[in-house]
Amino acid sequence: MPLLEMHDIQKEFPGVRALDGVTFTLEAGEFHALVGENGAGKSTLMKVLSGVYPAGEFDGRIVIDGRDLSFSGIRDSENAGIAIIFQELSLVKELSVGENIFLGRAPSRMGVIDWTELYRQASRLLGELGLSIDPRAKVGSLGIGQQQLVEIAKALSRKARILVLDEPTAALTDTEVETLFAILRDLKTRGVGMIYISHRLDEVFRMSDRITVLRDGRTVATHPAAETTKDGIIAEMVGREVTDIFPETKHGLGEVVLKAENVEVYSADEPDKKIVDGVSFFVRAGEVLGIAGLMGAGRSELLSAIFGAWQGKHSLKLELSGDPTTIRTPRDAIRAGIGFVTEDRKRYGLILEQTILDNMTLAALKRVSSRVLTSRTKERRAAVEPMRSLRIKAPSVETVAGTLSGGNQQKVVLGKWLLTKPKLLFLDEPTRGIDVGAKQEIYNEINKLAATGLAIVLVSSELPEVLGLADRVIVLHEGRKTGEFSKADATATRVMAAATGHATDTAFIK
Amino acid sequence: MSDSKSILTNRAALRAYAMIGVLAAIWILFHIITPGHTFLTPRNLSNLMTQTAVTGVIAVGMLMVIVSGQIDLSVGSIIGFAGGVSAYVMTEMGFSMTVAIIAAVAMGTAIGLFQGALTAYVNIPSFIVTLGGLLAWRGAAKWLLGGNTIPVSDEIFKGIGNANLPAVYGWVVAGLFVAAVFYAAYRRAATAQTDGSGRLSRELLKAAFPAAAIVAFIAIMNAWQGVPVPVVIFLCVAFLGAFITNSTVFGRYLYAIGGNADAARLSGINNRWNVLKVFGVLGALTGIAALIFTARVGSALPDAGTLKELDAIAACVIGGASLVGGRGTVFGACLGALIMASLDNGMSLVGVRDFMQDIIKGSILVIAVGLDMAGRKQS
Repeated sequence: MPLLEMHDIQKEFPGVRALDGVTFTLEAGEFHALVGENGAGKSTLMKVLSGVYPAGEFDGRIVIDGRDLSFSGIRDSENAGIAIIFQELSLVKELSVGENIFLGRAPSRMGVIDWTELYRQASRLLGELGLSIDPRAKVGSLGIGQQQLVEIAKALSRKARILVLDEPTAALTDTEVETLFAILRDLKTRGVGMIYISHRLDEVFRMSDRITVLRDGRTVATHPAAETTKDGIIAEMVGREVTDIFPETKHGLGEVVLKAENVEVYSADEPDKKIVDGVSFFVRAGEVLGIAGLMGAGRSELLSAIFGAWQGKHSLKLELSGDPTTIRTPRDAIRAGIGFVTEDRKRYGLILEQTILDNMTLAALKRVSSRVLTSRTKERRAAVEPMRSLRIKAPSVETVAGTLSGGNQQKVVLGKWLLTKPKLLFLDEPTRGIDVGAKQEIYNEINKLAATGLAIVLVSSELPEVLGLADRVIVLHEGRKTGEFSKADATATRVMAAATGHATDTAFIK
Repeated sequence: MSDSKSILTNRAALRAYAMIGVLAAIWILFHIITPGHTFLTPRNLSNLMTQTAVTGVIAVGMLMVIVSGQIDLSVGSIIGFAGGVSAYVMTEMGFSMTVAIIAAVAMGTAIGLFQGALTAYVNIPSFIVTLGGLLAWRGAAKWLLGGNTIPVSDEIFKGIGNANLPAVYGWVVAGLFVAAVFYAAYRRAATAQTDGSGRLSRELLKAAFPAAAIVAFIAIMNAWQGVPVPVVIFLCVAFLGAFITNSTVFGRYLYAIGGNADAARLSGINNRWNVLKVFGVLGALTGIAALIFTARVGSALPDAGTLKELDAIAACVIGGASLVGGRGTVFGACLGALIMASLDNGMSLVGVRDFMQDIIKGSILVIAVGLDMAGRKQS
């Protein structure tokens, strides 16, 4: 008997059928990956499972241990042994690890919390997971990876038998991913069933027993992982064969557009902590320069400092098209012809409650309309071209940005920067959390832009992306440049070795 | 593409209609329950509009500050101080009315810029800066006036708060506004990218509603003593505010900063400079409000403008502004001010005792925002 069965789940939103007959089963001790493009219905399905959408708001059956259950809220699903770890962590940063684990259920006597008991239990729980985290430490003082592990400890403290993980590795370093996976394997042996949502197919194939593909709210297929391939899964996700994700393109390289020398960046919170340490690089017109490295290697900070957006201490020497230049603010950078598609589009890229048009013209408002007065007509006229060439799917330019899918949101941010008519474009994780189809479109756009002579600096945590798009790759490790490779020399092993700080001199060709 | 309206505009339009409906309901209710049915008479409406003017002028500035994600709690006290300055300059120092007007507006602007600078460049939250200002400027007003009232004798100055436009000028104003409304409609039709002949007539038809409202308004005001001068000032401030928020780069930047300060900064907007400016604008408008208040009373009082900041904030919030920033309209804030003033005026006419008035006003503020949140959640 399966641990969990979801039968013919249907969920309708006004005007949209988000789930259209999804069937899904999970065995005890199984690692079951759930994949699909954004908007395929994965999150909706998990919200049905966790009681966010209570019984009655959807059709279909949820069966656990052979018994039909109906949840009227999250508490019911928790009591049934279901725990969900969402992408955005739900920990209280100002509280300690122990307090977070037992949030709302702290051991107490007559309403007074028994702190000794709380930390004793927390210690034991963390120990069981093989984690050396101080239960009295503030969650905010932990790295994002450790916070994720605390979330898992919290879920297990609730005796969860079904653990749902939504993109848990998106923000983790490789070491942290390994720790996480070791824990998940251990949970498997204890009979915990795991539903694993991820865009990272490597991980999916490494860990899964079975893989279920969702598309447009329907179950496309469920395969034992050993009986399918990455290409097969991708084809099922997008509904078409993706034969060539990275089309081979030759970029004609021109003059050096940006030369940055000896960039040093210090942490904004801890002024003594160096995040980027003496990095120098250049990029030519028409060239895609990839910056590889692990999370926390200082890649975003490097770009941020050059762009004038870093709010901590930093120092650097810049030459733009051969002229020494000082950039103090993002405005200086935009004037100098630099665009910056920042990571985390919701936090740094978009004003979610404003329209596509408002967002797109924001960085180039004075150029698009006039210095003092705005002109809706001129703004609309300016936005026509990027809307079309980026193929932004929306009813109109007046659609609110927050209602768009991740891929379309990313295209709006890209469009915003193209309207500033840059000579140099920084792209920081431009495809994070967007679906395969939209990724492909962004890759094509990057190649097209490079072909028009734009210099592009691409930061990405997805190695295939960097290797597939970049003409040249530099690698950062703990703030230092540890490698530089031409396209021909940039192999996954070499780049990874440099990124983890194990570069040999032979790999360092520059 | 050009003709399809966004969810946002539709929702905002719906909200505006709903508010007009609420206002109409309040008016009709008061008209029915006031003894002698005196609420909807030209005389009382003229009075009501004058009462709205001071709060309305500040609410327009407050709206811009709130949209940018900030707050100003000190405007009530600045009314006291700047009003005191205007009376002091005339009565104690013997300067002309012109000097007094300039002094009051300059004082308001300077205080606004000072507090804006502390917020934007010294990174003290505006809540704290202006909470300090709330105390300090009230103290300054008491000090300047020595705890007494300073009377103003200049009749022209008093006219700022009490005079009325002769009927003919009222009609001239009406004509200008109607022309402006139809011109705007024509522009909208002409610049819309596409489509058929129906566009122009549709826009003109839509413009007929505000045009008729203006004509009716002037007619009612003229049926009593003509449009009160404070109301003229308020309308000019409101139109200017609507223009700044809708049609200028500065206005768009305010919405961007309030909507997502990080995204705004990374898009090359100088957040600090724009926050400084918006506090300056509110300061200047507070100076103007202080003049209206002082002129209307005929003297400067140490406690003039007490609690006005809360009226202004309430007006913005009732008008749909979000205290988190990024959302709100000048039109909404003005309607909010009118609703607040209508409650004051109507309850006084009905003879509701003042403690009860406060309780009712407070409850209505909370209920209004509660309903608004419920409505948002649904959509």
